[in-house]
Amino acid sequence: MELKGGEILVKCLEELGVEVVFGYPGGAILPVYDALYDADIRHILTRHEQGAAHAADGYARATGRPGVCMATSGPGATNLVTGIANAYMDSVPIIAITGQVARTMIGRDSFQEADITGITLPITKHNYLVQDVNDLARIVREAFHVATTGRPGPVLIDLPRDVAASKTEYREPGPVKLRGYRPPAEGNPEDVARAARLIAEAQRPVIYAGGGVVNSGAHEELRALAEKIMAPVATTLMGIGGFPGDHPLSLGMLGMHGAKYANYAVMESDLLIAVGVRFDDRVTGKLDAFAPEARVIHIDIDPAEIGKNVRVNVAIVGDVKRVLTQLLKCLDEYLVRPGTAWQEKIATWKKEYPLTYRRDGQLKPQAVIQEIYRQTKDRPTRVATDVGQHQMWTAQYYFFSRPRSFISSGGLGTMGFGLPAAIGAQVGCPDELVVSISGDGSIQMNIQELCTAVNYELPVKVAIMNNGFLGMVRQWQELFYNRRYAYTELINPDFVKLAEAYGAEGLRVTREVEVAPALEQAFRSSRPVLIDFVVAREENVLPMVPPGEPIDKMLG
Amino acid sequence: MRHTLAVLVENNPGVLARVAGLIRRRGFNIDSLAVGPTNDPTISRMTIVVEGDDLVLEQVIKQLRKLIEVIKVSDLTAEEHVDRELVLIKVKAEPAQRSQIIQLVDVFRAHIVDVGRETLIVEATGDEEKIRAIEEILRPFGIKEFVRTGKVAMLRGSRTTSVDGE
Repeated sequence: MELKGGEILVKCLEELGVEVVFGYPGGAILPVYDALYDADIRHILTRHEQGAAHAADGYARATGRPGVCMATSGPGATNLVTGIANAYMDSVPIIAITGQVARTMIGRDSFQEADITGITLPITKHNYLVQDVNDLARIVREAFHVATTGRPGPVLIDLPRDVAASKTEYREPGPVKLRGYRPPAEGNPEDVARAARLIAEAQRPVIYAGGGVVNSGAHEELRALAEKIMAPVATTLMGIGGFPGDHPLSLGMLGMHGAKYANYAVMESDLLIAVGVRFDDRVTGKLDAFAPEARVIHIDIDPAEIGKNVRVNVAIVGDVKRVLTQLLKCLDEYLVRPGTAWQEKIATWKKEYPLTYRRDGQLKPQAVIQEIYRQTKDRPTRVATDVGQHQMWTAQYYFFSRPRSFISSGGLGTMGFGLPAAIGAQVGCPDELVVSISGDGSIQMNIQELCTAVNYELPVKVAIMNNGFLGMVRQWQELFYNRRYAYTELINPDFVKLAEAYGAEGLRVTREVEVAPALEQAFRSSRPVLIDFVVAREENVLPMVPPGEPIDKMLG
Repeated sequence: MRHTLAVLVENNPGVLARVAGLIRRRGFNIDSLAVGPTNDPTISRMTIVVEGDDLVLEQVIKQLRKLIEVIKVSDLTAEEHVDRELVLIKVKAEPAQRSQIIQLVDVFRAHIVDVGRETLIVEATGDEEKIRAIEEILRPFGIKEFVRTGKVAMLRGSRTTSVDGE
């Protein structure tokens, strides 16, 4: 059968099981859109290409399936860039498809031309410029394979307009063959055995779990490991949901805004079991003072993460789920006798240094998040956040018990991520409640996507922690810049009116007594609802490790 | 310490940019980089000389291996290997000095590949030491131009750095 390039692309997407594309059409990608018009694929028109990339990302994080976004050449493609970089930093499988000017026009500064494969070289796992329509079907399959296997990540396909318009005989390509790409699977049994031995010897073990646990679906194995060796579990921001936040062994999040008991436990541990993590600076603080007494077991699918930031005693390269399964089996040979002294010490820390905040009559953002948790913990819920103080409070005060239920921009820290990511999550999980917790700064970076939510009747709930500041930056100015609030105070629009202008419901809450009823109303509604929580203006995220300090030197 | 890496890559457009870009953005220093197709036209081979301690080198190799189009990375530094570089040197050569230059070039088993009215082009092949020596010897005559290919390297004996090699 003779098909045009655009038709081949869309046919491949259908064959690969793609149910939805988030995108924004334009000149160079028109041949693809023309084919999409007849396809059995849903298209969500966002109001900005960045929204499309984040929506594909949110969809992928929520469902575990690859997210697809699409944009035209030039500005369309460059508007995807932040979303692609965001997905790259957090290892999220998205496929970005961009139109490109015709091959004969490439390199001539043509209208709406941008070298998007060049631009995205450092922020994609791989990318393709399709030079020949006969390569297209193979490339699309390779792209999905690369994005979703090994350490996941974004892959971009740049499709020149004339390639998309030219015809060829379509044949389904064979299995993907990439001789330079062999993602690891099982861990080396000898390494696993050495890890088991260290675990059996440990007196004060701590599990440090990250996004790799969520990505590989290893939450059950992680829980089994923790319970078997009675090791407390601290998660990174990306690892939230990978271990139940309300589990007695949970230490919550560690690092810059981690709980004190989490950081103390890590610093005093004699064995750190690092699972699907990358020893990021937000976690380790001063690197050479991190977990000074601990031997380290590092399990990760990406060999380049081993030894990148810290030296480890045992490294196991492999898929986290499979390695943990191996490790659990290996541990059966040992009589693991967890000492109770370590448990007791941690229990004491938890009692002495709980996560807390001062209640002084003002509306506190932490209280709002606690109420959101109270009202949603017993129903299937996804919570997306933006970046800043509200994100950290969500990580601290909302106890996520399921993987993929917390959707947040970790590595890149992208303000404006939350709302479009929530839209993507809602598309992927139509029967669940999706809440976007945001700040008055972040929400305005992609607020136009409220229109997308209204347009497609996606009933996302947006909770803005409105303190009239770029709160996290203001906090740093307060603590480290002598309260010189250089350009962090925000003059905001009326968010309620804005929501209504977009066709969503808008509510405003200024007192604590109004919090619960407003949330109840919002969660009952079948429409998108925005709630403007006017909260205390100068509340800080505490505890906090000042930059460059060891993680047990915490403020607050 | 300097390391010599043999990198087999898919012979695709853009692969050089991927490798060079990766090395630059991860903050590694390239001393030299030579690239060309192998006997298998779908595969190119790069010889990259990088400077750095063992930790740096381990990261370079691991990051290179993550590139989809990189098929194989081998560190030849600690292995028995041959490495060679080719240079072209345009040297000032008044008629009176020509025979002296030609004699010196002969000693190095190098060649004169162009004879101009006031210049000669010398072609020399060898390892780093030899290239440095010939540069020193010719400098007093006046080097007008100097170009080198960058190092290429190969394991000694029957072992190979090929896709199927160990």
